Order: sequence, then C-alpha cells, then structure tokens
Amino acid sequence: MIPYAALVFNGFFTPIMALTLDDVQRAAHLARIAIDDAEAEAALAQLTRVFGLIEDMQAVDISGIAPMAHAQDLMLRLRADAVTEGDQRQLFQSVAPEVEAGLYLVPKVIE
Amino acid sequence: MSNATLKELSARLAAKACSSVELAQDFINKINVLNKDLGCYVTVDAERTVAQAQAADARRAAGDAGVLTGVPLAHKDIFCAKGWRTTCGSKMLANFVAPYDAHVVERCDAAGMVTLGKTNMDEFAMGSSNETSFFGPVRNPWDRERVPGGSSGGSAAAVAARLAPAATGTDTGGSIRQPAALTGICGLKPTYGLVSRYGMIAFASSLDQAGPMARTAEDLGLLLNVMAGHDTRDSTSLERPAEDYNRDLAKPLKGLRVGLPKEFFAAGMTADVQKTIEAAIAEYRKLGATVVDISLPNMGLSVPVYYVLAPAEASSNLSRFDGVRYGHRAAEYTDLLDMYKRSRGEGFGAEVKRRILIGTYVLSHGYYDAYYIRAQKLRRLIAQDFAAAFKQCDVIMGPTSPTTAFKLGEKSSDPVQMYLSDIYTIAVNLAGLPGMSIPCGFDGSGLPVGLQIIGNYFDEARMLNVAHQYQLGTDWHQRAPQGAA
Repeated sequence: MIPYAALVFNGFFTPIMALTLDDVQRAAHLARIAIDDAEAEAALAQLTRVFGLIEDMQAVDISGIAPMAHAQDLMLRLRADAVTEGDQRQLFQSVAPEVEAGLYLVPKVIE
Repeated sequence: MSNATLKELSARLAAKACSSVELAQDFINKINVLNKDLGCYVTVDAERTVAQAQAADARRAAGDAGVLTGVPLAHKDIFCAKGWRTTCGSKMLANFVAPYDAHVVERCDAAGMVTLGKTNMDEFAMGSSNETSFFGPVRNPWDRERVPGGSSGGSAAAVAARLAPAATGTDTGGSIRQPAALTGICGLKPTYGLVSRYGMIAFASSLDQAGPMARTAEDLGLLLNVMAGHDTRDSTSLERPAEDYNRDLAKPLKGLRVGLPKEFFAAGMTADVQKTIEAAIAEYRKLGATVVDISLPNMGLSVPVYYVLAPAEASSNLSRFDGVRYGHRAAEYTDLLDMYKRSRGEGFGAEVKRRILIGTYVLSHGYYDAYYIRAQKLRRLIAQDFAAAFKQCDVIMGPTSPTTAFKLGEKSSDPVQMYLSDIYTIAVNLAGLPGMSIPCGFDGSGLPVGLQIIGNYFDEARMLNVAHQYQLGTDWHQRAPQGAA
C-alpha cells in the first residue's frame, strides 16, 4: 500500500519502464491520430509523468481478486431484437460532412 | 429575481408574481452582460428560450403546471438537445447540431423547464479546470484570474454568478463536485445508474453519471427528482421505483454517524481547506452527529486506477469520431486512413489526445493484463473499502478538493498536478457511490471551500437531508460573488 500523503506531494513518480517515442507513435497510429514529431515529443514527456503515476498500481498484491468492470456488478440488460426506431436517415445525414444520394462519401478504398 | 432559488422561483410562478417569459428574459439580459467576461455559456439562443418559456406559461394557464414548470436552467454542453448546437467543448463537434434529445434534456423539457443555453466545459469532460475547452476557459466569478474547476466549469460558474438558478452537470471523476466546491455552489453526483446516460456524450461509460448543480441542497433534490428515472435506451440505467429525494429534508441529524477517513485528513489539503472542513465537522457535532474514525486503505490507488480505466474507456468511446458521419473532417487528405488521422488530429485538443493515447496504450497487446485488468481488480478493492466503512457510519465526509480555485494556467503544463485535483472525488466514481459537495466556508483569500458528503448506494435522500440541515444553520451557500446577486 502506498501512503496516501506520499502519493499526493512527495512526487514518487518514477516510471518502472521507460516509454519511448516509438510507443507514442505506435499508439497514435492505432488510435488513428496524426501527430507530428514535436507533438509526439511533448506527449512523450507528459505521458512519462502519467505512467509514473500509474506504475504505483504494480506494488499491490491482487491475487484472488476478481476484476470489477462495473459499479454494481449487474448484468447489462438485454432487449428484444426488434426495430424500435423509424427511418431518420435524412435527419442524421443533415449533420454529415459529405453525403450524396443518401450515401456517406469517403475516399475510395478499393482501386 | 436572478438571486432566487429554484424553490423560490417555483413559488413565484405558482403565485403568478411573475411569468416564465419575464424570468427567462431577466436571465438572458444578465447573460448578455456578464457572459463575455466569464465564458460560462458556449451557446445561447434567446428565441428558443423565450418560445419554451411561452409554452410553459401557456401550460400554467391551462392548469397543467408541475413544480418546475417555467423555471429556467442551463445544460452542460455534453447533453444532446435537439436543434441546439452540442459541442462537448470540442472543435470536433463545433458545428454539430444534435438531431435528438438526451434523456436528461427530455425529462427537463417534459417538466416544463426552460433551457437558458449550453454551458462551457473541458473538452469531452476531460479536465479539472475548464481550460481544455475549444471555446476558451471559464473564469471563476469569485476571482476572474482563477479557474472554476472542471469539467462542469461553465455550469458551476453560471450558477455561482446567478446566470442560471441551476444547471445540469456530469461527473466521471469529480466533474460536478470539484467545480461546485471551487465556485461555492452545491453539486450532486448520484449513484451510478440513477440518471440515464442516453444522449450524454460518453467519456468513460462505467463512471459517467449526470447530476444537478444548484445553490441549495433542497434545489438539488428538486432537480434530481426530474433528472432521475429509468430509461431502456441506457443499458446501465437502473429500474427502481420513483422517489422524492427531498422527502427526508426535515429529519433531525441526532444520532447520524459521520465517518472521517483518516486517509483524507493526512497531509494533502491546504491548511485553509483543512481548517474549514474541521469547522464544518464541528457544526455537524452540534447538530447531533457523532464522528467515527474510518479508514479507506486503498484510497491512494484511486488516481492511478482511474487514469488507466477512464482513458481506456475514452479511447474506445471516442473512436466514433472519424469524420465520416458527423463532426470535423480535415480539408485535405490522401486516403481513408489519412482522412481519419488528420480529422482526429485536428479535431481533438491536446488533453483529449493524451488520454486517447494512454487508453490505446494500456489496452494494446502485451499491456492489457498489466494495466487494464490490474486496474479493474484494484477498483474492486477500493469499492470494498467503502462497503466496510459504511458498516460503521451513515455518511462519509471530507474535503471535495485539496485546494481552493487555482490560477488560470497554474496547472495546465503538468497533467499529473491537474489530475491530483480530483484526489478526493475519484474513488467515489470507481465505487459507483453517490457524492456531493456543499459550500462550507472560505479560505484566507475569500475563495470558497467545498465539503464532500459521500453516501451509500441509493442514499441520496439522506445525503440531501444531511446537507439541508447544515444549510438551515449556516449561510455559506447564500454568499454570492461580488456583482452577482
């Protein structure tokens, strides 16, 4: 257990495993976000701080504890597989960046 | 009129001392004067507001008015409201006009409430100072060089500055309670599942919860009565009988057991905050409460656990913003992948990108067990700490925030410092418990301090009782920043 006060102000935020620029760029690619080199460098410095904070989790014994995905551990409700909404294509497409003849336009993906 | 509470406005409308249109116009006039300095609202639409007020007046004339019919409020710009621009504080949605209503908006409309506008917020609710908004910061009405807290900073500042009698907010890690504390108002995050998330733009779905922000505990209850309710369109919405959250307001507090977690009172908060919180606890003793020392041993893990789980959920939720069906699309791109990357690179701000990157990383191959699953296990330990504590006490009290309002720019260069601003509030979201903040005094610079009250699951009525009894004997909640009242 990490002393609460120490976590707040003493700044024990040393990362166990160093994050690299490659990690940042790989995550950015997976997340489909364009970032330039300067942005990636800045992100690296700040993510290193954040991961230092997160590394504190590694010190705790978690054997025998079940993961908790949800506040009340309830089963998500299921509903009947039935149509509940009417056709609202026109309304929804009114906020689209580019549409034509009821279709969303995107760059060609198959040559 | 703008200094009146929801309860008082409701009474005036019922007595026909004023009309809803007059009331709405009064607030609109005040917003027009003060909003450009404070930045509380990102969208106002006087025509729409007045039309809604006229409909409320007609409803009253027809004898069909409810408690809050004709009473105005502001909605955090995270809630979709049909025909209103709904931005979530982001360039990504800067031109998005919602094609449907959030459940919360639907319920407020059905009650006859009048929407004054959409309030500013940290981009996609990611922030604790309202500085990450694409539309610029919100300034704290108590000191305009300081932040109002976040992410519901616009809602909090609007209520504090009397530019709205109440507002909706959302709280994923403290986003209702921390800004309420920093602006000297009241805010309640209900038990997870009480208020539907339908139409509320998702940040971290297992933690997000909407709640009321207002100037008194009683007003929180009035608004929560409208906001809460089962909704089949949110798979985590709970099916419970309707209740009046204000039913227990008058109960005396004799015998109330107040738990004080020793971890809250270890070094961490400023001396001024500590002194003010201790004075509030002393007041509760006078009201007949007994104080119980409790411990939440895994409390220190809540910030690290949160900064794994919330970004992980966010990275998944925000993948929907791809520039295809709605939202920002880059002007130039070479192919589909490039279109996605540029649209998202341009549409999201730095903090949102940072959280998506964290989430993507902790969910990526090879790290999932070490980060995500581990965090979920620790989340259970944190929830178990609360369950054990509530065997010894009825409510838990402590500070809402370790400091009072900080200066604009003071923490924006270091994300970790900013994250620690929510150190007392985050564990409550992880456990799914209800939590609230009420004003309980001021620091040496005249900035408000918030007392946090945490209840057991579904104990909102008791929490409101506990807050209301305190407000009967104190006047902190009636203090207004200069120029507001």
